[in-house]
Amino acid sequence: MSSSCRRPEHSAPPDVFYNEDEAKKYSQNSRMIEIQTQMSERAVELLNLPEGQPCFLLDVGCGSGLSGDYLSEEGHYWVGVDISTAMLDVALDREVEGDLLLGDMGQGMPFRPGTFDGCISISALQWLCNADKKTHSPPKRLHTFFSSLYSSLSRGARAVFQLYPENSEQLELITSQAMRAGFTGGMVVDYPNSSKAKKFFLCLFAGVSGVLPKGLGAEAVDKSVSNQVQFSGQRCRYKNMKGKSVKKGRDWIMEKKERRRRQGRDVRPDSKYTGRQRRPHF
Amino acid sequence: MKLLTHNMLTSHVKGVTKGYPLLIKAIEVKVNEVEFNPTFVSRMIPKLEWSALVQAAEELGHRQDLPSELVADYENNEDFLKKVHRAMLEVEVIEGCLQCPESGREFPISKGIPNMLLNEEEV
Repeated sequence: MSSSCRRPEHSAPPDVFYNEDEAKKYSQNSRMIEIQTQMSERAVELLNLPEGQPCFLLDVGCGSGLSGDYLSEEGHYWVGVDISTAMLDVALDREVEGDLLLGDMGQGMPFRPGTFDGCISISALQWLCNADKKTHSPPKRLHTFFSSLYSSLSRGARAVFQLYPENSEQLELITSQAMRAGFTGGMVVDYPNSSKAKKFFLCLFAGVSGVLPKGLGAEAVDKSVSNQVQFSGQRCRYKNMKGKSVKKGRDWIMEKKERRRRQGRDVRPDSKYTGRQRRPHF
Repeated sequence: MKLLTHNMLTSHVKGVTKGYPLLIKAIEVKVNEVEFNPTFVSRMIPKLEWSALVQAAEELGHRQDLPSELVADYENNEDFLKKVHRAMLEVEVIEGCLQCPESGREFPISKGIPNMLLNEEEV
């Protein structure tokens, strides 16, 4: 990408950013294709669809239909929604099997209640957090999206969103709006210890509360928790001391005496009584 | 746009309560061969709004003796499933537009992709 270190959401709205040039990359760049396919594989795995049953799925931000290809491969039928005409044109050229729709996720999903058995979305949700027009309000658009999505899913269906959150506030905004719309679930983080392979999946359940799956590569973290200090609400009083001993302790007194001895001062010799408290007197 | 998608689509213009079914004004219709999957078709039938599917197929001229009432024992009736399969997945609208029955708002369809984008005052 030409702006590899910057976030694409900051450069332009999605319908402008994904122009012909950008869309072409999604049909030619093998690395992009590979990553997109991998993420859709994982998203479908998280959807936990019934084995051997063809399902009717929604792909939000389908783009050139790379994620849809994987869905078709698995024998599912899908409808894709995207805001970029250039990306949809690429999808048409690639002759994807699903049906395509030009739409803005922030304006709500125009479907009848209970239509879909599941919803996936690869790297699209973070676009909703930007206000590209004066009339755009990210919390309101997120709410419209999630509430319309909730109704268009059948009960017990899941929605899995792969996203690149910019910061924790953004993540909180997204999850709180999803919960407000009636979804349960939460974030699944794959490979939390790696900065490159780390992937965020927002895993939402409509109607039935399921058990949130574990992120890949997260087992190591769970193990190390047991030999780490548990968090306590207590304030740390010696936070800024960095390797120095606690004041008025025996170690501190010994260190001080040593320091003074080095300075050549007259210091009493160390004994077993050094740094001991005297017994209380009345 | 396949008729399965049309069967699920509603109008989401501000102030519209039902917005269903959308009227199809087709200019170009194509029939694409799609692999027949009886399990998927029989799974989708309870979800379909049957009258809307029949009406849409009628409008496009591809009804081909699709009964106006749902057949009772459809899971085992392969002949019927094939008819539904054809109407639902093979008939596609390439050019034309969809019209909201309540507000009269038109959503253009070009190259088989319906444009469901709303203007700012319609959100």
